[in-house]
Amino acid sequence: MTAPAIVATEVRRTYDLGGVEVPALRGVSLTVEAADFLAIVGASGSGKSTLMHLLGGLDRPTGGTLTIGGRDVSTLSPAEMARLRNETVGFVFQAFHLLPRTTARDNVALPLVYRGVRRRERRERAAAMLDRVGLAHRLDHRPNQLSGGEQQRVAIARALVTDPTVLLADEPTGNLDTATGRSVLALLESLNAEGVAVVLVTHDRDVAARAHRQIVMRDGLIVSSPVSGAAP
Amino acid sequence: MRFAEAGRVALDALRANRLRSVLTMVGVVVGVAAVVALVAIGTGTKQLIEQQVEGLGSNLLIVVPGRVTPGSAPTLSPLSLADLDEVYRVVGDRSRVAVTIASGETVRAGSRSGFASMQGVLETTPDVFVRHLDRGTYLTRTDVTTARRVAVLGAGVARQLFGDRDPIGRQITIAGVRFRVIGTFEPLGQSLGVDRDGEIHVPVTAAQRLLGTQRIDGIAIRAPDRDTIDQLGARVVAALAKRHPDTDFSAVTQQQILGVLGQILGVLTGVLVAIAGISLLVGGVGVSNIMLVSVRERVGEIGLRKAVGARPRDIGVQFLLEAVLLTSIGGILGMALGVTAALIVDRLSPVPAAITWWALALAFGVSAGVGIIFGVVPAQRAGRLDPVVALRAE
Repeated sequence: MTAPAIVATEVRRTYDLGGVEVPALRGVSLTVEAADFLAIVGASGSGKSTLMHLLGGLDRPTGGTLTIGGRDVSTLSPAEMARLRNETVGFVFQAFHLLPRTTARDNVALPLVYRGVRRRERRERAAAMLDRVGLAHRLDHRPNQLSGGEQQRVAIARALVTDPTVLLADEPTGNLDTATGRSVLALLESLNAEGVAVVLVTHDRDVAARAHRQIVMRDGLIVSSPVSGAAP
Repeated sequence: MRFAEAGRVALDALRANRLRSVLTMVGVVVGVAAVVALVAIGTGTKQLIEQQVEGLGSNLLIVVPGRVTPGSAPTLSPLSLADLDEVYRVVGDRSRVAVTIASGETVRAGSRSGFASMQGVLETTPDVFVRHLDRGTYLTRTDVTTARRVAVLGAGVARQLFGDRDPIGRQITIAGVRFRVIGTFEPLGQSLGVDRDGEIHVPVTAAQRLLGTQRIDGIAIRAPDRDTIDQLGARVVAALAKRHPDTDFSAVTQQQILGVLGQILGVLTGVLVAIAGISLLVGGVGVSNIMLVSVRERVGEIGLRKAVGARPRDIGVQFLLEAVLLTSIGGILGMALGVTAALIVDRLSPVPAAITWWALALAFGVSAGVGIIFGVVPAQRAGRLDPVVALRAE
């Protein structure tokens, strides 16, 4: 078995809101294995988004240790964190977060810009990735010319273009109708089958049920971590 | 992120807000245009003055009583023709020495009359100063020694008194005294604000008799070469001071005149450019303001870019480049406007303007610099945004 993608040990995250310390995570331990398919479930305010930000290297814990791709994030500068995100993690957001005046292809190519990949190669890799998510015919469309489902596929292609080890999806179906949501989930499943670890943050139990295992959060703690579904 | 890429993104952002970008540029455009135009006018004026001073003749040394400093009162001249022998001895060449006694007089020819600057001079004047005759002859040494009442007219005076008729041999009166015209000068135009075509040259002796005086106002010497001109001046001044112990004398060279005028002009230009520079400063503040707005508007974009791997520096460079692009484009437009304004002034007014490359390069550099200075704070703010906060903003 290969090394785990992410290891969190007794991770805490406290926000300082005008002198008042507000704990969002109060000691969470979690391992995301390579090729894992994990769902984090919880009500809003349970700390699941905070956890996802930490797992993706967007934020740093105020306590405990967090290792992403074998690197302890407490030792990394903001620039090194940016590089870590670029190389190991892919994000998929509920609101897609596509650049509005930019074509699907250039949106997908964006992470490669920060990796210093030449424009020609960027465009080729972005086109290939859009083909993989079934949007080969939408290369030069702008986000406002695409349906919600298509936009989310573009976002997934963008998350994958750097060949990350982990895909972090925050309510990826939240803005989509049921049928479209299902097809996006199917896409995530097939990507997972190809070896990418997927972490799905959701409050939808049906969506969570698609994962191989679920973690339920409440008040900044993991309350249950049942091994559900079949092991990969 | 490579520079070209950041440039493309910045240009894209400016294009997305065309009107806002243009309005923001206006301050920079006006500031740069004003600086370019004023520097051009200042340079043009300076060049014109240099031409005029050089045009007087080469290696000129003007010796006058009194101290030549801006603002000092003129001194009554104790000099007379008797002092010249001493000057000739020092200079060693009579033909290099000229004198003047000047007086504004009414001149008349038949029914026509006018006002002219009568210059009592020696026959050596054309050898010392640059003066070219149009018709007739110049004064001779005999004219001077015998105080003959003959006159050489400036082009303006000749035209005023005689129109298109040939004035040679005709009579005019200067302050009521009859003179015979023996020559006319080629037109010379203005020089240092003086109408050189309004002069009448007469023998210094005749002028002194007319004015009832023995004095001469000043002595002009054409030095043999530029390197020894200051020593020659000092020697002439020393010689004259020995003869007139109560008077200070000054020897002024063209270089000194240019230096003084250049200084005055430099200060004037500097003040005007500084005032124009304030517009640039205000423009810069506008750029800063708009960039802060731009950063706030695009917090979501910044968060996303950071999520996919943009370093703080990448984001900072992107926004800094946007500000620099904004002011640089403004700078280029301003240069075009300033050059156009300078050319129009040059064509349509007597004020000359000269475009210099260094002024354009400086204006462009300053406008780009304004972008950097006023773009740094918004860019830093963008670069330091917490990606989590930024992503949540949308």
